[in-house]
Amino acid sequence: MENRNKVELHKISKVFLNGDSCEAAIEEVSLSVKENEFLVLLGPGECGKSVLLNIVAGLMEATSGEVYINGELCGGIHPEVGMVFQELGVLPWLTVRDNVALPEKFRGMSKKDRYAHGQEFIDLVGLHGFEKYYPHQLSGGMKQRVGIARAYASDSDILLMDEPFGKLDAQTRYSMQDEILKIWNQNKKTVIFVTNNIEEAVYLGDRIILFTAAPMSVRRIYDLKDLPRPRNYTDEKFLQIRGEINRHMDLVIQ
Amino acid sequence: MEERNKLEAAAGKLRFERRRERQKALLLGIISIFIFLTVWQMLCTLHIVGENVLVSPIKVIQAIWIKAGDTRPDGNTLLQNILSSFRLVLIGFGLALVIGLPLGLLMGWYRPLDKFIRPIFEIIRPLPPIAWIPIVIVILGIGTAAKSFIIFFTTFVPIVINSYTGIRETNQVYINFAKTCGYSNWRIFRTVGIPSAMPLAFAGMVIALGNGWGTLVAAEMLASNSGLGYMIFMGRSYGRIDIIIAGMLVIGLIGLALTAALELIEGYVLKWRIKEK
Ligand SMILES: Nc1ncnc2c1ncn2[C@@H]1O[C@H](COP(=O)(O)OP(=O)(O)OP(=O)(O)O)[C@@H](O)[C@H]1O
Ligand SMILES: [Mg+2]
Repeated sequence: MENRNKVELHKISKVFLNGDSCEAAIEEVSLSVKENEFLVLLGPGECGKSVLLNIVAGLMEATSGEVYINGELCGGIHPEVGMVFQELGVLPWLTVRDNVALPEKFRGMSKKDRYAHGQEFIDLVGLHGFEKYYPHQLSGGMKQRVGIARAYASDSDILLMDEPFGKLDAQTRYSMQDEILKIWNQNKKTVIFVTNNIEEAVYLGDRIILFTAAPMSVRRIYDLKDLPRPRNYTDEKFLQIRGEINRHMDLVIQ
Repeated sequence: MEERNKLEAAAGKLRFERRRERQKALLLGIISIFIFLTVWQMLCTLHIVGENVLVSPIKVIQAIWIKAGDTRPDGNTLLQNILSSFRLVLIGFGLALVIGLPLGLLMGWYRPLDKFIRPIFEIIRPLPPIAWIPIVIVILGIGTAAKSFIIFFTTFVPIVINSYTGIRETNQVYINFAKTCGYSNWRIFRTVGIPSAMPLAFAGMVIALGNGWGTLVAAEMLASNSGLGYMIFMGRSYGRIDIIIAGMLVIGLIGLALTAALELIEGYVLKWRIKEK
């Protein structure tokens, strides 16, 4: 086994046709993610993070470059990849429990097993008692948790999360960050987590990849494996890394 | 415990207010109808309009009452006429639903099908239903088939358009999610596309049913020997204003009941949409 990476992107580029003109969204992005690693992709708004994640998920085709999963070239949807969408994507006509059970439904699991399996993750994200609620009866943060529970229950080894806490207030955001780390600790998966929030990136990541503004390319990689968890926002080391990223991020934006 | 009691009290208050709100709306509706009937009755009893133009609501209700058992002047009891019209609308609307709903949904989902059928549909769409009558007579004669076709046509167009538009507005994120679960396009169509389209599709059905029921009189203008539209025409031939107005009233009331029934089904099927006010 020469390739021990769970996910590997090789020189991914993406060009959009905008009327007659071409617009480069991603420029030769290469990166790799180790098994059970919590990787954070950090970049300014509209730099192409969602596009990149969609390419990894197989929902969008790269203009050039390859995606490898478990060392094998992947040309589309991969059964081991689950995704939490930036825009939630919680189906409004299904109850919490049916939403969470949906991926397993495809695998042909019986309703009873699906519910039992899903319940574990509903409990894990703290939605116990809300199983029969419809999404419109939930708050934004709760819907977000449904999305996370659903992705986690889907049994996929690789979890892509596109700014899952983007629309939450600071308070809920902090508690969700802890929540996601808790779940990840209990049930290790390879996570690719997208955010535009430096603090969040430093709080969560084993590693952070900082991207430039559009066209998106890798600017810097930060290894945070030595920063012990649970991390503290006011910790000296934390602030130091945060400041360092901040300086580079500023460079990116101007 | 005290918290709990406080909550219960608040919920009770909300429920009470909501019931009050509903009662108020009902009361307003009743008052409005009462005033309408009173004015109508006045016009008649004070002889402001002649008996040959307008009969009083009491006479109309009498006519309905008598018509329940009497076949004069059109040869059917009221119930026979209602059932006959009902059958017509049910066939026309049912056919439009069975053909139009899948067609609209499939066209909205599968681009090539859309491109293929669109041109024909766009030509047919603006034709008013009445314009079909002559050709329908030539092709289908004047039986149930012909009359149902007129109804079919008025109901078909709104059903197709609304289910088409509904499914076209399916949120791409839902589709993407289903894709990451490995769902096939056909399965995404069924599990994501169709539920997304349902709110608009139901709106289309309500419009369609209203249209269909409303076109009844026109459809029954093609020689009939029963039906509410037929009853109205016979009433005219015999100079029976009471029968005419009774027919109109019954058509209106049944139309209302049909729409209400459909909305009831909608409320059940689309219960995930109901928002607490
Ligand atoms: N389907 C598409 N067609 C054309 N252009 C697109 C498409 N999807 C994204 N883009 C463009 O690519 C760029 C990057 O978009 P993307 O959604 O990836 O940004 P992002 O980094 O996720 O931003 P945010 O932090 O706001 O979510 C944007 O300029 C956007 O207009
Ligand atoms: Mg994005």
